[in-house]
Amino acid sequence: MANSFTRLMSGRNAAVVLASLGAGTMATGFLMSENGTLAADTKKKLYPPSADFPDLRKHNNCMASALTPAIYAKLRDKLTPNNWTLDQCIQTGVDNPGHPFIKTVGCVAGDEESYEVFAELFDPVIKDRHNGYDPRTMKHPTDLDASKITHGMFDENYVLSSRVRTGRSIRGLSLPPACSRSERREVERVVVTALAGLKGDLAGRYYSLGEMTEQEQQQLIDEHFLFDKPVSPLLTAAFMARDWPDARGIWHNNEKTFLIWINEEDHTRVISMEKGGNMKRVFERFCRGLKQVEKLIQERGWEFMWNEHLGYILTCPSNLGTGLRAGVHVRLPKLSKDPRFSQILNNLRLQKRGTGGVDTAATGNVFDISNNDRLGKSEVELVQLLVDGVNYLIECEKRLEKGQDIKIPAPVPQFKK
Amino acid sequence: MPFGNTHNQMKMKFTSEQEYPDLSKHNNHMAKILTPAMYERLRSKQTPSGFTLDDVIQTGVDNPGHPFIMTVGCVAGDEETYEVFKELLDPVIEDRHGGYKPTDKHKTDLNPDNLKGGDDLDPNYVLSSRVRTGRSIRGFSLPPHCSRGERRAVEKLSIEALASLTGDLKGKYYALKNMTDAEQQQLIDDHFLFDKPVSPLLLASGMARDWPDARGIWHNDNKTFLVWVNEEDHLRVISMQKGGNMKEVFHRFCTGLTKIESLFKDRGHAFMWNEHLGYVLTCPSNLGTGLRGGVHVKLPNMSKHPKFEEILKRLRLQKRGTGGVDTAAVGGVFDISNADRLGFSEVELVQMVVDGVKLLVEMEKKLEKGQSIDDMMPAQK
Repeated sequence: MANSFTRLMSGRNAAVVLASLGAGTMATGFLMSENGTLAADTKKKLYPPSADFPDLRKHNNCMASALTPAIYAKLRDKLTPNNWTLDQCIQTGVDNPGHPFIKTVGCVAGDEESYEVFAELFDPVIKDRHNGYDPRTMKHPTDLDASKITHGMFDENYVLSSRVRTGRSIRGLSLPPACSRSERREVERVVVTALAGLKGDLAGRYYSLGEMTEQEQQQLIDEHFLFDKPVSPLLTAAFMARDWPDARGIWHNNEKTFLIWINEEDHTRVISMEKGGNMKRVFERFCRGLKQVEKLIQERGWEFMWNEHLGYILTCPSNLGTGLRAGVHVRLPKLSKDPRFSQILNNLRLQKRGTGGVDTAATGNVFDISNNDRLGKSEVELVQLLVDGVNYLIECEKRLEKGQDIKIPAPVPQFKK
Repeated sequence: MPFGNTHNQMKMKFTSEQEYPDLSKHNNHMAKILTPAMYERLRSKQTPSGFTLDDVIQTGVDNPGHPFIMTVGCVAGDEETYEVFKELLDPVIEDRHGGYKPTDKHKTDLNPDNLKGGDDLDPNYVLSSRVRTGRSIRGFSLPPHCSRGERRAVEKLSIEALASLTGDLKGKYYALKNMTDAEQQQLIDDHFLFDKPVSPLLLASGMARDWPDARGIWHNDNKTFLVWVNEEDHLRVISMQKGGNMKEVFHRFCTGLTKIESLFKDRGHAFMWNEHLGYVLTCPSNLGTGLRGGVHVKLPNMSKHPKFEEILKRLRLQKRGTGGVDTAAVGGVFDISNADRLGFSEVELVQMVVDGVKLLVEMEKKLEKGQSIDDMMPAQK
């Protein structure tokens, strides 16, 4: 601390300055650098947490609901081992007040330790977002045995395509909001090296975003594979788009059914997809591919971020646990106009999105239907829920076609304690 | 505040080469100057308030720029940034400000009586006149870096100081977050309201954090003197009015600024200033005077003349559209202002605008009559 005490202002001047800044109690010996800017550590005393507490009165997100002045005061000056702070976790939630109808999460992790160091904020956020899941007491099941899935082949008169995605983070490297350029490049290196070891129907190649040709870019757009620099203020306010497009890229297998995004919103996003209704095969490839990638990085001394309470650790608390979104593009012209549609989806623990993904509109009565939940149920459980749910929706559609009535199903039970 | 990754100590375990940004597609002052060797020397430094090299350059890394427009590509987080990172910022300043050397001294002259003329620009052509500058309050971090507590303290101080203005400078403060719809519409109609930045140049530097907390607009009852609080700088001070009386605009500008400065001093605060850089602001492009004095002027014929750009260059003026920076001219009306900020005093810069616009209007009149302007070409100032 000795080197921060560079110049002592006269007692009276200091008093005038501090009084005009509205500082409360004044400890003696406030010190400023030669030109008057406060050193970072003396700033802490001059600006107590109450001076920095964000104005969240117009906000509707999980962070704003959970963050009290007391929690902020306790956590403001803490640092993760990577020097990540609470203010950095919550910046996105402060900058994006949200929408009365849509409750966003409003905070992100900068590293694996964020969830622990700032547990007093993240635990209630997780509870809010994940239907009451308590990370202190509950354990999250991981199950990637695709053979357990039943009835996983949909009627292709209705289901146009099937897809499963998740994310994986490389332990020991900071997450996208916090990573330095070298860390991000290291993630790219580790993952691309591992993917080069995939064989058979999983063999493929990597396209770096910064280096792809126009032709490659167009091809990837046409295939609906390409991701672009985030424009959503939810992501940009969380510092995830820094240094774009450095160390970002897309890997896919030659058959174009297994795809990995590198350094977008997470270290990796892993996607298995194909046209048609064979969700079982999509999930089987998903599990097989994930396990092989994990094995390949482990051979080089790396592993995925995972623990028994939070499952797989990802940037956004909404993706903890499985990080899994399994979904289909499905035609539901009649059911989607039925006033009971929302309730049915709700009870089946499903959500609808437009065919462009999150925050888009449905076109031509084709909906993206996927599982709502991520944490507290295993991958197999969630995919089975999706399968059963979509089969039910198709049944409803068929019944309405025939002029028959449909029933709202009983709500699916929450996780076992 | 530590921004993005910039306080991530993990990166120090990697070599400088592994951390160095890819600037191969970039066209901005920072990218031209920041070599890998310089990055290595500076990357472990920080200012007393914790601003790092990566903080300084993030906006330039994220915004490669445009082949025709050379942006600055770096910002200051506090007054000390210009000292701690002088190895980068001195050459950036030299590049941006016409060869201004690290040893040069900058003159400040806010005496409006030193301006000659400026009260007789033809109002048939000059529709409005405006002078703006910025001021930073010593002891507080700048918009890319300030915490919410600091930003609020700047706002509080500013409100108190401005509330003491009297006479034709007496006015009122409108906090962005408390504004009523009616107030907001009025401020839009008056062309006073600033909004959350959308430019990626600003967003990438962290200036829009916590919007609209502690941001606001103060203006006098006459609507001729206006202060923006906590937008791109602590304060932006604007004097403006319809018509061509730039002398009056500049007089009010100087009087108001001087008064505001003394009101802050009464409360124990100085503006950031030194004899080398003049007034210290967030963007290196605004150092010195931070002054942009300009007019909206009708030049439909001039603007089509092949020598228009050359004339502007010689007069040390620049053109913008009527929406301000990065907009297009509408109906032959251009925003013409001084191109320089540093190395010339306030009086000198406004003199250039006054003299230059007078000449442009005379040329416009000649072109209207179908006469040539070849014998009116100015020398390079």
